[in-house]
Amino acid sequence: MPNSTPHQYVLLRNGRVLDPSSNLDVTGDVLVANGVIEHAGAPLGDVRRDGDLVEIDCAGQVVSPGFVDVHCHLREPGREDVETIATGARAAAAGGFTAVCAMPNTDPVTDNQAAVGFIIRQAMRAAAARVYPIGAISVGQKGEALAEFGEMIGAGAVAVSDDGKPVASAQLMRTALEYARTFEIPVADHCEEPTLAKGGAMNEGVVSARLGLKGIPSEAEEIMVIRDILLARRTGGHVHLCHMSTRTSVELIRWGKDRNIRVTAEVCPHHLSLTEESVEGYNTNAKMNPPLRTAEDVEYLKQAVKDGTIDLVATDHAPHHYDEKEREFSDAPNGIIGLETALAVMVTNLVEPGIISYATLVDRMSCSPARIFHLPGGTLRRGSVADITVFDPAARWSVDPATFLSKGRNTPYAGMSLTGRATCTIVGGRIVYRLTS
Amino acid sequence: MNSPHLGKDLLGLEELTAAKIQLLLDTAEPFKEISLRAIKKVPTLRGATIVNLFFEPSTRTRISFEFAEKRLSADTVNVASAGSSVSKGETLVDTARNLEAMKIDMVVVRHAASGAARFLAQRIESNVINAGDGTHEHPTQGLLDMLTLRDHFKRLEGLRVCICGDVLHSRVARSNIWGLQKMGAEVAICGPRSLLPNHVESLGVHVFRRIEEAIEWADALNILRLQLERMQGGYIPSLREYNRVFGVTREKLERAPRDILIMHPGPMNRGVEIDSDVADGPHSVILDQVTNGVAVRMAVLYLLAGGNPALAEAAKG
Repeated sequence: MPNSTPHQYVLLRNGRVLDPSSNLDVTGDVLVANGVIEHAGAPLGDVRRDGDLVEIDCAGQVVSPGFVDVHCHLREPGREDVETIATGARAAAAGGFTAVCAMPNTDPVTDNQAAVGFIIRQAMRAAAARVYPIGAISVGQKGEALAEFGEMIGAGAVAVSDDGKPVASAQLMRTALEYARTFEIPVADHCEEPTLAKGGAMNEGVVSARLGLKGIPSEAEEIMVIRDILLARRTGGHVHLCHMSTRTSVELIRWGKDRNIRVTAEVCPHHLSLTEESVEGYNTNAKMNPPLRTAEDVEYLKQAVKDGTIDLVATDHAPHHYDEKEREFSDAPNGIIGLETALAVMVTNLVEPGIISYATLVDRMSCSPARIFHLPGGTLRRGSVADITVFDPAARWSVDPATFLSKGRNTPYAGMSLTGRATCTIVGGRIVYRLTS
Repeated sequence: MNSPHLGKDLLGLEELTAAKIQLLLDTAEPFKEISLRAIKKVPTLRGATIVNLFFEPSTRTRISFEFAEKRLSADTVNVASAGSSVSKGETLVDTARNLEAMKIDMVVVRHAASGAARFLAQRIESNVINAGDGTHEHPTQGLLDMLTLRDHFKRLEGLRVCICGDVLHSRVARSNIWGLQKMGAEVAICGPRSLLPNHVESLGVHVFRRIEEAIEWADALNILRLQLERMQGGYIPSLREYNRVFGVTREKLERAPRDILIMHPGPMNRGVEIDSDVADGPHSVILDQVTNGVAVRMAVLYLLAGGNPALAEAAKG
């Protein structure tokens, strides 16, 4: 359970203080006072304050701005048996996330201000990671009529998306991008051309040909990626492309960025670490949408994280009940959990092999998502909210889903040995998670 | 139980070695004769309980298995999805566990989902035989096709077999491809590109675009049923056009450089993928395939139940 006792002062000693937003990378201290950053950088020496001060030795660990996940599914309301906002927020904190954005494909759909308000209230009760609702683009996510963006944003929504379903109508997408400009929020799209993807259960390729499973071609994603980029160019709106999975998507995003079109994009840790081969044996914990692609796609995505074509890493945390995954592959639901493995998957697959630095990791998991979604946090600058992640970059651990704080257990990483683990998560100066050995 | 010769299950030909395929075909040979007797029954599997679990409609495969089981004196129960607890929403794994609790020995399963047989096999102790899973495999069909080819040509090695038609929706195709390749045959496929799986070349097959090229190349054509129930997807413009471009007709066969063996796993759409005078013609072994199906399934049941291949002749009783 998270320790939510507030302390007036928190002093993080002797860590590697790493904040790309302020070009900071020194061994030193971070001092939090009354929920905001008072100091981040050089060692402070003797610190005395009137009031409650807790001191944590961070030697050998990285102290960074708290991770921000702009894409997760917390299932409440509707499927509280699978995850609740409270369990999701606690899982987030355990994974080093100080803030998460909850996608609106709940039941009922988060497509109005009352639903947004409900999520915010539940998150406050949970008192773990911050939870920001994302409102639906269309009423009921039916792809027909625009939902009330203004009302939802007024109630606390930070973006709009019909994630889980693509916006099939180009006209609706165009209108959403135009209307969202009024509020300067991103429109996050699940890029999938529905007629090409229909009935597909995995990547269309050599493995699907062998297993006799209907495939989803990479073009199902890429056609929507270029459509959205062109609509962003036409409208001047900010399109954020969810869970990119293919090489050509990366090339199209690069094309858009080169022309100063307002396009940002995310990738999930699983698309950076696993290939379609993981589906072998009809492993439903490797079933997701978009599907796991080829080794070539994975390499391109890694390079795109490195060079910034892909702006940020998001988990697409998607818990399912075990018996929903315990069925025939084609009938099993898509998605895996990711909040508690994201950091380790990134360290193991991108940092340890030397593809990206820890500074890039922190930028893609914290600074960049906070900046793109206009959220507090993502920095250790003096006066900022004290949302901080402390992680042990060398911690080697074996993934045991039974120990997760999420209700979900559906992970393809079960039993794998990974490196890197959050040891302390601080939200607004409050310690919400500490790893116990 | 784990068979010393086959392992626990028969899920597909992809995972079988050439030696095991050879063993299955050789074991099927002595069982052919039982079907020719006046009393078509031997006591080999007396006391064994076998459940035929058919989640998809099937007539010939289910009957063929049932004949094989009964001719070996096993006790059989047929479960079809319509009218069963499956139609009430019971999951496959719950169905399997309930059957298991009734202490059965083997399950023959047909299911619309690729991988369903493997899914079942991983969760129950009984032997599982895949009688067709989605668009993945139909191993006993592959075996009976090979047995029929071997009967006719006296060999499989070096044979050129072309699988024609709707490979996309076929489970027979993969079992044939893997089985024949392991036995040293060359395999090609031919059909409209819209009815071939993307990346099918990765399975090591030649791809002919025109049926005339296939006829010129092949020793045998295995002509697949055009799955009319799946054609709403607009995979081909019309059945008429399909017959004209890809249908196997006597006229096209007459231009072949050699006699070509004609096979079809059935049921046939006469006048679509195969014309009647080809299906009923002198080179057709379509009914021999059906006959061989029973013998092959008897061999599978016998070996999975722990039967000794060296004693297969004696097992005839």
